[in-house]
Amino acid sequence: MPLTAEVVSADGIVWVGPATQVTARTIEGDVGILPRHEPFLAALVPCAAEIISEDGRREIIAIDGGFISVADDHVSLLSQYARLAHEILLPEAEKELAAAQKLIDDGDLTEETRRHYRRASAQVKAAEKAAGQS
Amino acid sequence: MGASLRELRQRRKSVTATMKITRAMELIAASRIIKAQRTAARALPFTRELNRAVSAVATYSNVDHPLTKEPVNPKRAALVFITSDRGMNGAYSSNAIKAAAQLAQRLRDEGKEVVRYPIGRKGIGYLTFREMPIEESWSGFSDAPTYEVAHEIADRLMTDFLKGSEAGGVDEIYAVYTRMESMLTQTPHVRRLLPLEVVEGVTPPEPNQLTPMYEFEPDPETVLDELLPLYLRSRIWFYLLQSAASQLANQQRAMKSATDNAQQLIERLTRETNQARQAEITQEISEIVGGASALADLTAQDS
Repeated sequence: MPLTAEVVSADGIVWVGPATQVTARTIEGDVGILPRHEPFLAALVPCAAEIISEDGRREIIAIDGGFISVADDHVSLLSQYARLAHEILLPEAEKELAAAQKLIDDGDLTEETRRHYRRASAQVKAAEKAAGQS
Repeated sequence: MGASLRELRQRRKSVTATMKITRAMELIAASRIIKAQRTAARALPFTRELNRAVSAVATYSNVDHPLTKEPVNPKRAALVFITSDRGMNGAYSSNAIKAAAQLAQRLRDEGKEVVRYPIGRKGIGYLTFREMPIEESWSGFSDAPTYEVAHEIADRLMTDFLKGSEAGGVDEIYAVYTRMESMLTQTPHVRRLLPLEVVEGVTPPEPNQLTPMYEFEPDPETVLDELLPLYLRSRIWFYLLQSAASQLANQQRAMKSATDNAQQLIERLTRETNQARQAEITQEISEIVGGASALADLTAQDS
């Protein structure tokens, strides 16, 4: 029996469907979830999460923190911001990351810029991963 | 007579112009409410998943977190209430304000000091007019809130909550928002935001039922630390979206009845104008006839 995976962001469902494996990076490191995993709840760091759907396709999704929760073969990745990797343009994401990095280097340590930085780094990671596979 | 005819025509013209505006506003509200409802519906999965996660931690671990701990002797209570930025919404804002005022009264009766956080220009205006202190206010987004705004509001509330009443913060946070029950009914609701009451979706495990052993990474405390701010933001986000949809529904209804009223008024004014015009014509005819017959009488006498 496959997993039901769901990627939910603050403004809607980003991806939903049956999956055979879900990988994401928690505070302590990467976790891979296979069917019949025990109930699990962990905080994520900005990362490129990976879902292998039932038909064998690899979906890469940029996530800026949030949570992964697993219960009864239902995996949900929960984040304020999530975006499918193939919707991200790598050069643009890199430019955004550089801009955010520069702001932080300039001593602008507000929550806003940090959030921006996290988001941009997740996007770059996801776009690079997606580019690497094709 | 001529003057009243002109006056009636002028009034009809101005009512027609007003009707055009109210009809346009009705149509705009009708089209935007669909969008607002769709946004609210899109935000639901996020809220649902967060509720599930928070209740999982609350049910399957025994963590004592400052955001969920009941205050021993609450002294200061924050009151957040969501109103609109502009009028033309029927009773939307005044209903929300009324609910907020009742809540404030209740809190005062319980011996708590009320600290106000109005959202929307109507609420701010209400407090400024009565010279009540405003701790912090937000406005300018009442019909199309963004997640960033919810983020900002939630963070500010959380900071004040964590400070505690001794340091000028608050011990409890209540929110008043207008829930969109349907297109026809929107009712103001009062909810306590902090300390969190996690009740939705929690089913206490039955004695003979095996409870799933949840694994938390790195540990339940850290997960809860991360989870609760997100939960609070999503609650505020949900309230803002519900209120925005309610506001638009109220606006549509108010504008519809204004248009209907204008139509009735125009009909009445048209009748009165016609009557006045007819009266004028009749008078003119009778004047001519009277003048002619007087002239005829004169000529008959002369000859």
